[in-house]
Amino acid sequence: MHSTAAVSEPPPRQIGARARRIEDPRLLRGRGRFVADVELPGLLHGAFVRSPHAHALVRTIDVDDALRTPGVVAVLTARDLARTLTTLRMPLGFPTSALPPDITPFVLAPEEVCFVGEAVALVIATSRYTAEDGAAAVFVDYEPLPAVADCRDALEPTSPKVRREAADNVLTKFNLSYGDCADAFRHAAHVFREELHQHRGGAHPIEGRGIVANFDAQADALSVWSSTQMSHELQFTIAEMLGLSEQSVHVVAPDVGGGFGAKYLVYPEEVAIAAASRLLGRPVKWIEDRAEHFVSAIQERDQYWDVEIAADAQGRILGVRGRMIHDQGAYTPQGINCAYNAATAVTGPYVVPNYELDVFVAQTNKVFTIPVRGAGYPEGTFTMERLLDRVAHELQLDRALVRERNLVPASAMPYVKPLRNRAGHPITLDSGDYLACQQKVLEVIDYAGFAARQRRAREEGRHIGLGFAHAVKGTGRGPFESANVKIGPSGRITVSTGAMAMGQGLATALAQIAAEALGTDIDAIDVVSGDTAAISMGIGGFASRQTVTAGSSVLLAAREVNEKARKVAAQMLEVSVDDLVVRDGRVEVRGVPQMSVPLTRIARLLRGIAGYDLPKGVGAGLEATVFWEPEAMAYANAFHACEVEVDPATGGVTLLRYVAMQDSGTLVNPSIVEGQVHGGIVHGIGNALFEYMRYDDDAQPISTTFADYLLPTSTEIPHLEVLFMESPSATNPLGVKGVGEVGTIPVTSAVASAVDDALRDYGVRIAAVPIDPVRLVELIDRGDRRRSPAQTAR
Amino acid sequence: MTTSSESNALSLTLDVNGKACEATVEPRTTLADCLRNELHLTGTHLGCEHGVCGACTVLVDGRTARSCLMLAAQAEGCRVTTIEGLSGEGELEPLQQAFWDRHGLQCGFCTPGVLMTLTELLRDEPNANEDAIRLALSGHLCRCTGYQNIVAAALSAVECIRRRP
Ligand code: FES
Ligand code: FES
Repeated sequence: MHSTAAVSEPPPRQIGARARRIEDPRLLRGRGRFVADVELPGLLHGAFVRSPHAHALVRTIDVDDALRTPGVVAVLTARDLARTLTTLRMPLGFPTSALPPDITPFVLAPEEVCFVGEAVALVIATSRYTAEDGAAAVFVDYEPLPAVADCRDALEPTSPKVRREAADNVLTKFNLSYGDCADAFRHAAHVFREELHQHRGGAHPIEGRGIVANFDAQADALSVWSSTQMSHELQFTIAEMLGLSEQSVHVVAPDVGGGFGAKYLVYPEEVAIAAASRLLGRPVKWIEDRAEHFVSAIQERDQYWDVEIAADAQGRILGVRGRMIHDQGAYTPQGINCAYNAATAVTGPYVVPNYELDVFVAQTNKVFTIPVRGAGYPEGTFTMERLLDRVAHELQLDRALVRERNLVPASAMPYVKPLRNRAGHPITLDSGDYLACQQKVLEVIDYAGFAARQRRAREEGRHIGLGFAHAVKGTGRGPFESANVKIGPSGRITVSTGAMAMGQGLATALAQIAAEALGTDIDAIDVVSGDTAAISMGIGGFASRQTVTAGSSVLLAAREVNEKARKVAAQMLEVSVDDLVVRDGRVEVRGVPQMSVPLTRIARLLRGIAGYDLPKGVGAGLEATVFWEPEAMAYANAFHACEVEVDPATGGVTLLRYVAMQDSGTLVNPSIVEGQVHGGIVHGIGNALFEYMRYDDDAQPISTTFADYLLPTSTEIPHLEVLFMESPSATNPLGVKGVGEVGTIPVTSAVASAVDDALRDYGVRIAAVPIDPVRLVELIDRGDRRRSPAQTAR
Repeated sequence: MTTSSESNALSLTLDVNGKACEATVEPRTTLADCLRNELHLTGTHLGCEHGVCGACTVLVDGRTARSCLMLAAQAEGCRVTTIEGLSGEGELEPLQQAFWDRHGLQCGFCTPGVLMTLTELLRDEPNANEDAIRLALSGHLCRCTGYQNIVAAALSAVECIRRRP
């Protein structure tokens, strides 16, 4: 009696458990396998010859000296690659008819280079060292052309052209609007204008990009290992550009050392290395170094906003309008999603009755931009949050109150915005309680007591400030993600997915979901991701989508497998399917565990025995494949507050406290989610205070080492206090919302607000990030001059 | 070390993780490349190759060193310890275990270097507090974790070592 009760307890919940990651033991022993670790017999190494000019004609490329360099096997230029490629130009990712033709980068530039770092030749040698020797010995005769560094200048009619082939530097312009801004602004009690700048930075995963390609001439097939966030797209693109069938291209993403957007693109270098392997009939490896990452991996966030807000006397938003210029860089490898996301993200969690934005996507002679963690949302959020702080300041209202008056209330959920997302669907905030998030965080950080703390600090000569900001992010983008769940005759459960692991803990999260549906523990489960041989299609890792989309596919597939196993067991045990449960590797009669069938036996049966019938009505294989398609995006939200201290003499900003609340719906693994939020916040802190990708007026990048371009380090980051609210999303069967990018989005806004607050005596208003000390001291000095000498404490 | 006149190659004998290892490299070969490419110890990672990110950190005679900034030839006669030498195939060291328990890693690319630095710290300062840990970590870049769980893992390793008989 006692024992029956014990075994009949439901298996422990896997979803929601703080499971330790199945990825970790290997990585902790130094036994990960990253792309740089892939070794093959006869492996050759590539090094790219990159343009030192932001804009130039390539007159001639002299490869003779390079070919004489010991170890060099070949030097390939655009002309050589053209022999083996169907086209020299990369296909356009996220194509839209709104874009002109001929805008994508070349695999190798044939005659004109348009940014510093654009590759013109590829040297192949027996080692990385000799390949670099060879690259240094390639002599390229360039004819420099005028370059455009600033996207605002790019729009001037007198501006030089970024690429000779383009009609002008405007890639595209579009207008987003609803309501009647003209009317709203005409009748508004208050109108305030802000000019804002968000600076471009890099993604900077600590592992750069890299690829190994091995062409097997006998099989006419190519094996590829790449540090990518999109294995299937890479497979399809390489197949298309090399004129091979998809079946002949096998892509594996080994362990990936972070992505953050930088690897959600098929890069020219990847196609060049695949082509080189085919031309030479040898395996070829290219591992990006950091210097290359600085000049040739994607960047994001350079945007200039000129916006106005109309408000009533109580600080209620009547309308937002203005214009934004987005720096696209020299080419467009992947649509205009950063600009579009930014433009549609402005209204965020707020009710904005009238909106109008003109967006100019301008080309410059800098490396191209696609989403970095946050994907336009940090920019849009910065705009809105700065405007609301301005309203509060001018109307002498509490910043929290201004937000409270404008937030979409929980009672209005789901709230349909009069805006459409990239896929053309109305933006629908599906769930959440934004005000509750705000109130909780402000309570934790003791906002109510802050004025007194601030006063005391001032008396001690210290300038402290508190700032906060909201964010919402559409997550779980479609069109689908793939999952196959299979139980083999060994009893091991394999989950295969087109979703991509880049360090987030995807394997563990998916294993937890499958384990829950199959009544087992995550130790029974293997997860295969990023391998095009494991599943036929996949979309990959971007837009904080994978737990939502792949997670849902895994859940549904695992449930199907569960159902299949019970149907077979029902026939074997002659009981009803409904009386059976799957747990611990067996299908058992509920409450009668001695009546059971092991899953291994069912798996063996469903594998089929030559010449015999399968069990009836279930089909072959104890497995199921699901391509779950989201109908709508799941909107995650966050509210962050931070306390800073600013030293007016040096412009140094110290973060004293950081409290973040995130609502990502149901949490599959709270530890993993917290880790993602920590990383996201710190990325945002980088954008707020440190990461400055400097270019000179000729578009020469000048911050191309980690000594010049500063990533946040452990000593600048306070202990982060992370809280969760869990409002399950009805958009997917798990009730989850994406996580990865959400933590990044409100950070620049919250920090800017805190710095304003700390420097209120100086009238400092932050309008651009990063807030570097030099710029901040300038602002303080300007404020100083405005103040009477008696007030100046410095 | 012996120099072969023809190819300018050096034959080195290195003491890595307690084993004598032979490698033939060009004089310019960094310790990191020698470990990775010649000795196939690929747990040592390269994140910047200019001495800032700390991913390549190993112990040389017990002190942390950036193996991207050091020539393989300079390591002759020294004891080199890499991530593979921490626990080998045996049970995880308390520090590694703490990283697993406290979710101290995400992509794991920075992790080997971080573990080497913390190994040195916990040896020299077995009672290291959060400030000391953050200071030691300030020579490492991690883009995934925001450092928080690295710090938490290090603190829990301190605790675990303290409680050890
Ligand atoms: S690779 Fe050596 S410090 Fe970055
Ligand atoms: S865990 Fe990815 S860089 Fe540190």
